[in-house]
Amino acid sequence: MPDDKDIPSAYVKDKRTPTESREELRARIPGWGVDLDPADRPSNHRLHYAPDTTGAHWDFPERQPEKWPREHSIEHAFVTPVFGTAQPPKGLSGVIRKFSYARYGEARLGHWLLLILADRVDAWEEHLRSFATTRPDNPITETGVKAEYTHGGLASRKGRVDARHHLLDPLVVAGPWVAAAGGAVLGVRKLVRAVRR
Amino acid sequence: MRAMVYRGPYKIRVEEKPMPVIEHPNDAIVRVTLAAICGSDLHLYHGLMPDTRVGHTFGHEFIGVVEQVGSSVQNLQVGDRVMVPFNIFCGSCWYCARGLYSNCHNVNPNATAVGGIYGYSHTTGGYDGGQSQYVRVPFADVGPVKIPDWMHDEDAVLLTDAAATGYFGAQLGEIAEGDTVVVLGAGPVGLVAAQSAWLMGAGRVMVVDQLEERLAKARSMAHAETFNYTEYDDIVVEMKKQTDHLGADVVIEAVGAEADGSLLQHIAGTKLKLQGGSPIALNWAIDSVRKGGTIGVVGAYGPIPNAVKFGDALNKGLTLNMNQTPVKRQWPRMFEHVRNGYLTPRDMVTHRFPLEDISEAYHVFSAKLDGCIKPLILPSAA
Ligand SMILES: NC(=O)c1ccc[n+]([C@@H]2O[C@H](COP(=O)([O-])OP(=O)(O)OC[C@H]3O[C@@H](n4cnc5c(N)ncnc54)[C@H](O)[C@@H]3O)[C@@H](O)[C@H]2O)c1
Ligand SMILES: [Zn+2]
Ligand SMILES: [Zn+2]
Repeated sequence: MPDDKDIPSAYVKDKRTPTESREELRARIPGWGVDLDPADRPSNHRLHYAPDTTGAHWDFPERQPEKWPREHSIEHAFVTPVFGTAQPPKGLSGVIRKFSYARYGEARLGHWLLLILADRVDAWEEHLRSFATTRPDNPITETGVKAEYTHGGLASRKGRVDARHHLLDPLVVAGPWVAAAGGAVLGVRKLVRAVRR
Repeated sequence: MRAMVYRGPYKIRVEEKPMPVIEHPNDAIVRVTLAAICGSDLHLYHGLMPDTRVGHTFGHEFIGVVEQVGSSVQNLQVGDRVMVPFNIFCGSCWYCARGLYSNCHNVNPNATAVGGIYGYSHTTGGYDGGQSQYVRVPFADVGPVKIPDWMHDEDAVLLTDAAATGYFGAQLGEIAEGDTVVVLGAGPVGLVAAQSAWLMGAGRVMVVDQLEERLAKARSMAHAETFNYTEYDDIVVEMKKQTDHLGADVVIEAVGAEADGSLLQHIAGTKLKLQGGSPIALNWAIDSVRKGGTIGVVGAYGPIPNAVKFGDALNKGLTLNMNQTPVKRQWPRMFEHVRNGYLTPRDMVTHRFPLEDISEAYHVFSAKLDGCIKPLILPSAA
């Protein structure tokens, strides 16, 4: 029979690894054990009925005026009384977003994938629109890559596993631009050929 | 006013935007004096959160001065210095009445599965956030709290999310005296979770990450044992060895959907978007905790499904507790802990950027350059 002491805790009834005493822990760690009693922790119990403590002085909040038909989850009974009014849907991305909200509930993957698609379309629409303004999008300043020089880009990444995917990041950012530039070049060539013919 | 604006994945800039206005009688307008970038903002910045619109202003960690109040506001006055929880909540719905402030049903028309959050896409309600000179604060009588005189502004801004979330994460772990607690992630949230685990009676606290400067902070700030997962062939096996083959009593997952550690999961999740990010940290939590143990998940996951090892969780009889943090519920107790020096959020601030340099700030924080642990944003530098 092996010596019991060689058998790890998991295989016997009690933990073998000694823990420090309360006194030792208190001496070493400021505040050790001040929240020892689970019943006395702020988020105990998860549901704690205390409506009079929230500061609300209404049963149901007054409704914020709805300035356009606010897109909303079909799992809601109505547009919530308060809501954000930032970036109303517009353009093709807006059409996709409104469709996604009107058509699919939150349980449907299609709902979220359409919203992600709309996000990409939105970015493209806005990049294009920006070229017609005095402030076109600038992938150099907007990605903050300048920080690679000012904040030690190379040295900071030494020996890190995530450095591998940092190599992919520029692709994600620049890829579509390069593709678009390539597409534009091809398009112009075709056009030139068509005109020459 | 000047505000940070999203231009598409990995791209942001500062723009001139119209001032926010009172849209509801219980709104306030707050002039932001200090803001921060949260690990959660990176999910937006990387284009992972559905319905993140170009033009959106991020920022859910901010403090400031009340500039204007709506007609029904009773608890705040113009000029009050306030800290604002990252949750937008009404204080009166079924959920708020029961303390689930992060799950409010009256503030987010876009989704029922998540509450309202400042500057966190339309999936959390479509509110512009606080990385800006001014911000609209709905339900001014419910969310904001006047900053106590003794409190440092940097502690106040961190209490609006990162610190409160670390403390909440430790509570979700249901720590009992003497427990061995593993914290995955040594970011701002993980660091405070590790500090908090001791307050709740942990007997041993181990922190896992791969960034040495953060692990060093976990040792100095949270007295934790630290493990760089890149130094082990299999960090889960190491956790078993460390715990006499039991596994940890409690694991706190403070990483979320952009975990590293599996290039395959990373590419499938965050680059190709075939799943809602990479669940590798959550899977490590499931596999590192002992049978019958508890996992507190505060790392953020979006609405798109993930390849989570649910079978292991079932077969091990685990308890998984999780939520967005109901921040204000944490505050009275946390204020005491900060005042007593038991929790020291501002210890983790490494960088302070003027709003005008926010593109660089995001890049530094996202790529974890220059030992960055927590960057603050100073909006009114001008
Ligand atoms: N539930 C909430 O209410 C709430 C609030 C705030 C933040 N969050 C979430 O908490 C998470 C952490 O936030 P943060 O501000 O500390 O972010 P952060 O990005 O600064 O920190 C994450 C840390 O995890 C580390 N990491 C990556 N992969 C890992 C792995 N496989 N194992 C161990 N560590 C790994 C990273 O190196 C990094 O140090 C984020 O997902 C954020 O969205 C949730
Ligand atoms: Zn956050
Ligand atoms: Zn509510």
